[in-house]
Amino acid sequence: MAALINLTIDGRAVKVPPQTLVIDAAKTVGIEIPAFCYYEGLSLAAACRMCLVEVEKMPKMMTACTLPVSEGMVVRTETEQVKQARKYTLEFLLTNHPLDCPVCDKGGECELQDMAFRYGAGESRYTEEKVHTPEKQFSPVVFFDAPRCILCFRCVRVCNEGLGVGALGVINRGVASEIAPNVGDHLECDECGACIDICPVGALTSGAYRYHTRPWEMTHTGTICTHCGDGCKTTLGTRNDQIIRGNNRDRSGINGEFLCIKGRYAFDFYDHPERLQSPLLRVNGKLEEVSWAKALQVVAQKFTQTLADGGSFGVIGSNHTTNEENFYLQKFARQVLRTNHIDHHRTGDVVTLLDALSGKTTQLATVQDLYERKAVLVLGADLALEHPLLSYQVRANYRHHQAHVYVVTPQEVREDKYAAATVRGRDYESLRDKLKAEPELVILFDDSYKGEDLRKLVDFAESLAIPVKFICLLDYANSRGAVDMGLTPELLPGYQPSGQPGMHVDEMITAELSALWVVGANPLKGAVQRKAGFLVVQDMFLTETAQQADVVLPAASAYEKNGTVTNTSGEVQRLTRAVNTMGAKPDLEIMGFLARDMGAAATLGPWVPETVFAEIRQTVRGYEIPMPVMATGGAAQTVPVKGRIVVDSGVEFRPDLIHSDHNGLFASGTLGRYSKVLNSVLENRLNR
Amino acid sequence: MTFSPQLEARFDKLLKSYPPGRQRSAMVPMLLYAQDEIGRITDELVNEVATRTGCTPLQVNEVLSYYSMLHTKPLGKYHIQVCTNISCLLRDGDKLYEHTCKKLGIGHKEVTADGQFSVEEVECIGACSWAPAIQVNYDFHHHVTPEKLDQLLDGLGKKQ
Repeated sequence: MAALINLTIDGRAVKVPPQTLVIDAAKTVGIEIPAFCYYEGLSLAAACRMCLVEVEKMPKMMTACTLPVSEGMVVRTETEQVKQARKYTLEFLLTNHPLDCPVCDKGGECELQDMAFRYGAGESRYTEEKVHTPEKQFSPVVFFDAPRCILCFRCVRVCNEGLGVGALGVINRGVASEIAPNVGDHLECDECGACIDICPVGALTSGAYRYHTRPWEMTHTGTICTHCGDGCKTTLGTRNDQIIRGNNRDRSGINGEFLCIKGRYAFDFYDHPERLQSPLLRVNGKLEEVSWAKALQVVAQKFTQTLADGGSFGVIGSNHTTNEENFYLQKFARQVLRTNHIDHHRTGDVVTLLDALSGKTTQLATVQDLYERKAVLVLGADLALEHPLLSYQVRANYRHHQAHVYVVTPQEVREDKYAAATVRGRDYESLRDKLKAEPELVILFDDSYKGEDLRKLVDFAESLAIPVKFICLLDYANSRGAVDMGLTPELLPGYQPSGQPGMHVDEMITAELSALWVVGANPLKGAVQRKAGFLVVQDMFLTETAQQADVVLPAASAYEKNGTVTNTSGEVQRLTRAVNTMGAKPDLEIMGFLARDMGAAATLGPWVPETVFAEIRQTVRGYEIPMPVMATGGAAQTVPVKGRIVVDSGVEFRPDLIHSDHNGLFASGTLGRYSKVLNSVLENRLNR
Repeated sequence: MTFSPQLEARFDKLLKSYPPGRQRSAMVPMLLYAQDEIGRITDELVNEVATRTGCTPLQVNEVLSYYSMLHTKPLGKYHIQVCTNISCLLRDGDKLYEHTCKKLGIGHKEVTADGQFSVEEVECIGACSWAPAIQVNYDFHHHVTPEKLDQLLDGLGKKQ
């Protein structure tokens, strides 16, 4: 590492690496230099003039956000001249800024308000009429109020650089300058809302949040987004048991402050009018609302009776439920219902990957690796649409570290634009020489690489003789956790062989089982007729599967329960309950009550997430993760690779059953249908 | 979008004048030359320039809306630009501007009904030594008086 640079800021000695900007150097010793346009990770703008400081031997005040440190530099940030400059800058920014703070969404958490309070002048000399332009709606999500804008260009830069979309620009000049959308009067973009969150003032506001609350009236709960498998942390702002907004401004979690439309706005399925809030029981062919006690009793009795009669059970688990719920469910199935017919919708071949990796030097990558490693190879997936966070990390890696990105996909993808090499199709072998020359590599692959193909890929990676890490792309919030927790007939939790055959999802829905228990899944979509004698469904909505059920038990959403989920790169994170929905219960609790009513509670243990997680830590390979990391809201990677995964004779592992839904930005399986914001964006595009 | 062979040649030369990956540097001259040929900057032209310079149409619009010499509305055949900045103002440039408007019966950035003339009040055109000055399309006229202006406009009007 290069020698550190010595400089003095406000009389304090500061040592920082070369190329550090004065504004960042000041931060290291706790000196705040105010700025609007400066934003870590984005290009420099020097547009707002708020960060002016005095530097010895320089004739004029300098913008601390663009000035790199140099040896012996003497910086002063609190002189009369600097204070005066800040006052003037604020006075200038406020000339056309409306005084509508009392009704502005940003009021209370507005950077301009805070700056005016700390550094501003109490009065303005500007007596002319303010320029006013009416508010505009750019999209169902994004509203723009031009007079509030202070032209810091953060939104333009985050959209261009951070998201790689470039949907915002600045048109006109001088006092008429304003932010403009990319297509005429509206936006055609990812609707991620990054521009809204990054706006220091209330110029960009979101259709979902605007005029709903004052920021200080909300309680904030950090939890994990329940949509795709990337595992972004979203901080839900709640009031009176209602989720009002999602964002991650504190940059906690593996995603920093990145969120896509699903993490930021698509929590809104939780209060959809069709949300189930009472158990339903089929009486005379129709589903009728009944009490929880009644519904649980019916299911427990039926299960007990079926057991006594020697009937057959099938259990289908979910990609969305927590690790604790999945673990408890498989335990319930195997130990109480004494069946190995347990499965879930598999979206990627984790099993073959883990097996193929045993005895090799290759490893599993984390989300952070995508930002830090020198080269990335994307296989099959349209990363930007299906895995927005991973795509964001790769893009940031390219932007900040000039990482080499290789793309091997059947269709054009956004990564092509900055890829070092692009191959259409599957021929990654053709990149061998280029990849061999890289110091290290992360490989991401989707469901089109499974079974033997995947083994070949791992061998290929091994033959490159460079450090390689893998990410197996999976669809949903806890797709990885479902495999880890043994929701498959061939494997128990921690990839231990089950040793006995069992039915897969496709077989279970076509077999004439005595009882089928579906937890948070929709296997009967597409007008599949149920075959099971008795069908119990735990879900939030009356899905195609629930419509055919004998008993429907209303389940809590991910935002209404505690527990842990494991993302596509195997990082375990904690869900924290943000709200409660009347009538719905967490799946774990439902299973616990069923166990109690069947007299099996002693076998299965308490249905408390913490207790179940403690058991998982003790018994599931790879989950011996450090508790302090989890407890503080961090992510800990599970590394279950310790030897081959043996699937016993008579039990076949079936990679052919794996298929991904390939959800785009505005889709999220069955759950996506119930999100108002995702639907509104789709409808808006159709109607245009 | 197709342009005249001369303009195409000019575009080619422009785009080759900058290092690879910096083709957006050619954006302003391309817009200006194309405007001369087409008469104004159309959405189609914006998209064409965006494609050729490797930018988004929005980025072209940013530039387009920034520069006052780029027009999205058609101008008159003769675009009369009257300077009313300080040097010209001191030599009655403002009165000259008013006279022009009155004579043609149009205002700032407006076009006569026959499409012959348009007027624009402009900032300094760099002809302070010969104030008051006006610019008709790319031609400068120095020490302009209302009488000289009348003659000029009448002459242009006859030319058709």
